[in-house]
Amino acid sequence: MAETQVLAGPPVESARTSRSIVVDANEAVARVAHRISEVIAIYPITPSSAMAELCDEWSAAGRTNLWGQVPDVIEMQSEGGAAGAVHGALQGGALATTFTASQGLLLMLPNMYKIAGELNAFCMHVAARALATNALSIFGDHSDVMACRGTGFALLCSGSPQEAQDLALVAHAATLRSRVPFLHFFDGFRTSHEERRVEPLADTDLAALVDEARLVEHRARRLTPDRPVLRGTAANPDTFFQTREASNLHYEACPGIVQAAMDELGARTGRRYRLCEYVGHPQAERVLVMMGSGAEVAHETVERLVARGEKVGLVKLRLYRPFPAEALLAALPAGARSIAVLDRTKEPGAFGEPLFLDVVAALAGSGRTMPRVIGGRYGLGSKEFSPAMVKAVLDELAAAAPRPRFTVGIVDDVTQLSLPVDPDFDLEDDARTRALFWGLGSDGTVSANKSTIKIIGAETDQDVQGYYVYDSKKSGAVTVSHLRFGPGPIRSSYQIGRASFVACHQFDLLGRYDVLAAADRGAKVLINAPYGPDAVWDRLPAATQRAVIERELELWVIDAHGIAREAGLGGRISAVMQMAFFAVSGALPRERALAAVLRSVEESYGKKGEEIVRRNREAVGRALEGLHRVTTAGRTLTGEPPVPPVPSHAPDFVRRVTAALMAGQGDLLPVSAFPVDGTWPTGTARWEKRNLAREIPAWDPAICIQCNKCAEMCPHAAIRAKLYPADALTGAPSTFLSQAWRGADHQGSQFTIQVAPEDCTGCGLCVAVCPAKDKGNPKHKAIDMALQAPRRDAERENYAFFLDLPEADRASVRLDTRGVQLLQPLFESSGACAGCGETPYLKLLSQLYGDRVIVANATGCSSIYGGNLPTTPWSTNSDGRGPAWSNSLFEDNAEFGLGLRLAADSLATRARALLAALAPRLPGGLVEALLAGDGGGEAAVAEQRQRVVALRGALAALKADAALGPDAARLDELADALVRKSVWIVGGDGWAYDIGFGGLDHVLSTGRQVKVLVLDTEVYSNTGGQASKATPLGAAAKFAAAGKELGKKDLGLMAMAYGHVYVARVAIGARDSQTLRAFQEADAFPGPALIIAYSPCIAHGYDLVHGAEQQKLVVESGMWPLYRFDPRRTRKGEPPLEIDSGPPRVRPQEYMRNEMRFRMVERRDPQRFARLTAAAEEFAARRLAVYAQLSAMKVPPFPAEAAARDAAAGEGPSPGSGAPAGEG
Amino acid sequence: MDLSTEYLGLRLPHPLVPGAGPLSEDLDLVRRLEDAGAPAIVMSSLFEEQLVREQAAAWRQSDVNAHLSGEAASFFPDHAIPALGPEAYLDRIRRLKQAVRVPVIASLNGSSDGGWLACAKQIEEAGADALELNVYAVPVDPREDGAAIEERTLAMVRALKSELEIPLAVKLSPFYTAMAAFARRLDEAGADGLVLFNRVYQPEFDLDELEVRPALVLSNPSELPLRLRWVGLLSGRVRASLAVTGGVHDVLDVVRAVMAGAHAVQVVSALLMRGPEHLARLRMELAHWLEEHEYASLAQARGSLSAASCPDPEAYGRANYMLSLKSWRMPEGWR
Repeated sequence: MAETQVLAGPPVESARTSRSIVVDANEAVARVAHRISEVIAIYPITPSSAMAELCDEWSAAGRTNLWGQVPDVIEMQSEGGAAGAVHGALQGGALATTFTASQGLLLMLPNMYKIAGELNAFCMHVAARALATNALSIFGDHSDVMACRGTGFALLCSGSPQEAQDLALVAHAATLRSRVPFLHFFDGFRTSHEERRVEPLADTDLAALVDEARLVEHRARRLTPDRPVLRGTAANPDTFFQTREASNLHYEACPGIVQAAMDELGARTGRRYRLCEYVGHPQAERVLVMMGSGAEVAHETVERLVARGEKVGLVKLRLYRPFPAEALLAALPAGARSIAVLDRTKEPGAFGEPLFLDVVAALAGSGRTMPRVIGGRYGLGSKEFSPAMVKAVLDELAAAAPRPRFTVGIVDDVTQLSLPVDPDFDLEDDARTRALFWGLGSDGTVSANKSTIKIIGAETDQDVQGYYVYDSKKSGAVTVSHLRFGPGPIRSSYQIGRASFVACHQFDLLGRYDVLAAADRGAKVLINAPYGPDAVWDRLPAATQRAVIERELELWVIDAHGIAREAGLGGRISAVMQMAFFAVSGALPRERALAAVLRSVEESYGKKGEEIVRRNREAVGRALEGLHRVTTAGRTLTGEPPVPPVPSHAPDFVRRVTAALMAGQGDLLPVSAFPVDGTWPTGTARWEKRNLAREIPAWDPAICIQCNKCAEMCPHAAIRAKLYPADALTGAPSTFLSQAWRGADHQGSQFTIQVAPEDCTGCGLCVAVCPAKDKGNPKHKAIDMALQAPRRDAERENYAFFLDLPEADRASVRLDTRGVQLLQPLFESSGACAGCGETPYLKLLSQLYGDRVIVANATGCSSIYGGNLPTTPWSTNSDGRGPAWSNSLFEDNAEFGLGLRLAADSLATRARALLAALAPRLPGGLVEALLAGDGGGEAAVAEQRQRVVALRGALAALKADAALGPDAARLDELADALVRKSVWIVGGDGWAYDIGFGGLDHVLSTGRQVKVLVLDTEVYSNTGGQASKATPLGAAAKFAAAGKELGKKDLGLMAMAYGHVYVARVAIGARDSQTLRAFQEADAFPGPALIIAYSPCIAHGYDLVHGAEQQKLVVESGMWPLYRFDPRRTRKGEPPLEIDSGPPRVRPQEYMRNEMRFRMVERRDPQRFARLTAAAEEFAARRLAVYAQLSAMKVPPFPAEAAARDAAAGEGPSPGSGAPAGEG
Repeated sequence: MDLSTEYLGLRLPHPLVPGAGPLSEDLDLVRRLEDAGAPAIVMSSLFEEQLVREQAAAWRQSDVNAHLSGEAASFFPDHAIPALGPEAYLDRIRRLKQAVRVPVIASLNGSSDGGWLACAKQIEEAGADALELNVYAVPVDPREDGAAIEERTLAMVRALKSELEIPLAVKLSPFYTAMAAFARRLDEAGADGLVLFNRVYQPEFDLDELEVRPALVLSNPSELPLRLRWVGLLSGRVRASLAVTGGVHDVLDVVRAVMAGAHAVQVVSALLMRGPEHLARLRMELAHWLEEHEYASLAQARGSLSAASCPDPEAYGRANYMLSLKSWRMPEGWR
């Protein structure tokens, strides 16, 4: 054990040099990887995407690697593809790298075994993230990396951005020397996204560690016909085992090689690392063993406890594979009597987690007196890991009989594994500024704080830390920024528990969250409010007032929105709040802060144009004038008491669990509160009233023509149409609006368009699509936007009344575009972006088939807004029926959906068999009718359901029968399977065109009754705009920054090639009737169907209020032709393809110029744009010519094998027999 | 026939200049204009709104969605977002300068005294031989009076004159209360030329959609007399050179404009309708007309019918109105 190591971590970490930079680990690592690579194959996945994007950006800008060459960055179709590409590149003699996380890493596993088995010198970087299990989590833990233990990769772990940079180099250097491939990892978000001061590595540092001779050897091993060799043999039992052992020496040498590289780095930079590093008391009795960012927290805590005289210590493990047992034993103090090993992963059913088992094995094999060793889990899915938790573990080690297995950081009231944590123990350093900022994703709070932390990093010698917490919504996401700065080194890799400064950038958040919970006594509080320093007090919620009074907080107020608006910045308050922060916090002298913020504005926006700089400068200047201290002396509690997050009539689960999650109190819920298998109730989004919109639609019945376009295009089902009997209006609120239904059917009924005032996101699409104008004042439409606040209470009451009105009779509503909007949406109030172009399709699907649909949803935007906690939008009708929804993975969604279909068919077959068996004892006619099926259509479904009820009635009597009773009970349980189920497979273009294409193709080939809806945004939306194969020619996207050169993949044409697949291409904003018809035909089609739906997205770069208009233009330009390909038409001797849009009427430029993804290409290089638009036009013309020929082509009918199989399974009509509702 | 003229200090072989319009946006068309004898090219305008709005829109799209969620720090390749200043326009100036030998007159269109004026210096540096400042605004703000509007324009001219080495023309709309006085003050502020008049796009009424939108309608000769009057009134009274624009379609229109006192006659709509080669025709016809009517040179005709030189200057003033009324005859059948 090294006595000199007491309380020593890597030195110089906080000492600022003129070269130091403030970056997060993703950037720190990418800066190394890009310089030591020739081939970079990538695929986007959170939280690693930034590494790939930065490499792409640098290569696009011509930045070279150590050898003067620009690395070739290529985006693949999946992580599996990226792994294959790097494997090939390595075998070809190149230096390659990749970046990934979570299930993406798992997709690389097959190749990782190969890469290691062949001893390829290779280093990849992983922002370690939880694996999707009972739920997906984009957040950090080690479960993905731990799944790679068997691959033969060396696993090297970093705990901070500085370490991540340094060990990235160590890993690249060591792999060349050892030939063992390296997986270098660091905690997703906590480290990958934490901004810190980092001493950058110079090219000379990289060159010094990357051994040229070993590089030559790497190249010499390449596959080349000039010196041919053969790899990838198939081995027989006589050889395989020995060959697996043949590489052992490389693994034995590996830890030493890593340490040598660390030592070389240390000699050059002064930052010395050990494979296993000890921190703590030289005679420590209680010792922790762990790795990653949590070890930094433990480091900080152990230092403090040692200073108090406690004999505690910590071993930070950096190299995990090959397991450095010797180094571990050397690092452990000889007197350590009890050891706790902390794992950031869970292996259900294991005797212990992997690091624990390794440590136990190492100790057992050491010949030492065996200390007590306990193992615990912490920090799964970015669960906070704080000094109090570290102390809890050390306290447990001091207990007479410590729990052998434990968890820390949660309350486990089921298996009682969790340790008690002292909530009052914290290590916040009063010498540091600890600042918290509450804001929204859209208001620039995070951007401003990123700028602030860089300014403080540049202007002072202090150590700095910036960490950003997001919620999962895409519209109105709440962000909390955690900034620390002051004397270093900062090891506090956890959220701020006791803040010296709290800013609330959105006034409404004060009422929804306990924003001041972490405010320390005397802390400074800055609130953005539309009220002056005198008026603001009475507007504060009582809880806020109490916190201010009791903790003697120093309160400041500024009307940032007012200032930003006056400066022409809309709602973008970032610059104003940033300046106000500097002024209030005193982080820098005012003049210096002002100069620095103005400089930062110049740097950030200068490139984007002088006008933006000017407006931001103006806003910054006004911020100082608009900032006011609020007098708090003598104030009393005058504010509103807190409103419970959900009303008392909400379901029990929502009140107990969902409400806590909504209030940001989820960490406090015990294990017993949660489902054991990831099963959650649907329809919870309706309980989360987010009040995001400043303006909401107002309906004027005097003008309305009852077209229901507003309801159709609303992405959030926040404006709805209803048809109901006139007498249902009894007891209506006084402001509730209603008018007579203007239809030939349902004479005498009333009609209402109603807004959900607290669910509307204010996107304005409803107003944009409203065709009804006031003749005397055409700017007034049947729907106008009007301020929400004055109408909130009345409309809330109206909406509640509206919901209670009876739903229209599904069987009697005409299912045209107008009528379908009278059906209850069973997809509502999702967290999708304001103006989302995907959700109207899902809402339509839920209206048409919501009571009988099973949705398989690929990972992506639709799985996030569709299934991200705390609340989810898929809901139920008054019968309790509604879409059953699940997300399996990103890549397997088609197969997953097929499985759901197979199960539904199987259960139906079983039910029919039972029905046939019991037929003699069941009422005549009922069995035949049930076996004939529902034949499609609303009325038929309703009748079949009634028959099922009748059947159950009949079965009740039979259950007592000794012989038939068991079968009767079985049929009773399965009877619902006799009602047709629709299986819809939903996902984005990233899934359908790229990662899941193979599976989609296969599923379509099976001929089974699955319906596929591709929400085509033409880009990877969820991970931030990376190009997909759906990205159109001419569009700029990440990895296609100069504008995509080649045309969009024609997924529809590929599916048509099968002949037996129904295919439609739709754009609801352009031709809603065609969309509706496609949905109806697809659902009724007795085989697989594919609908490709044009979906406007914020990644297109325009205000989505124009989404419908843009859809019209894209269709009219010929860039998005509408068609339906229905194989059934061949039976009538007609061509299967019907084109639903006319020849191009506008040039593609006309829609392209409206969208930044195209416009940026034009502005950068007009000639290139002209060339690309011409190419796009030709592409469109070529494609239309192909379609035109197809639409004139008559082919013999396809054999109806698939359809016949389905018919045999009782699923739907046979080919050509049942015209879908709405057709013909 | 000597058709030469001096406009904005530029020596031109004849006065027929293609005015600001879309023809200048296509290099091939510009070369055809030069082949047709265009003595200078006025570029289409760089619009203040274009600069400001596009910057604001791009900023909104790239910045407002930045850090929207934990999964996406941005939605565009930030490094590829181009600078949204006047670069594209400046680039066009450079390419035009390479493509043609005649002077290139750039055009800047706007009405505020904001930062966009800074583009003028860049335009000069990009190689423009002169700048036409198109003061294009409909004074819709009821709180702003005429004096303030004029003062703002004068401030713009002074600012530009203090910055620029190249000559500056000011293109005006006809809607000023005291055009003569305003022209004098512009002259004093240093304007090297006055271009009369801008054709303010008039709104079009869409009766199906119940919308009003700006509409581009090409000029016709009926618009010319208004220009003739004001050029005729100002000719000889201001130091600045004068250009007529709007309504010049055939050779007689050209002759009229010159006789009113124009140093340059800008043609746009006629070229859009008949092609760049129409310019050569006009030039030839102008020479023929002057020869037929025994003029020694174009210079001899210039300003000959201006208010200062014409036999009855009253025709330019109020009396004109009275005479017109008297001369008006009821069509047959009207009572």
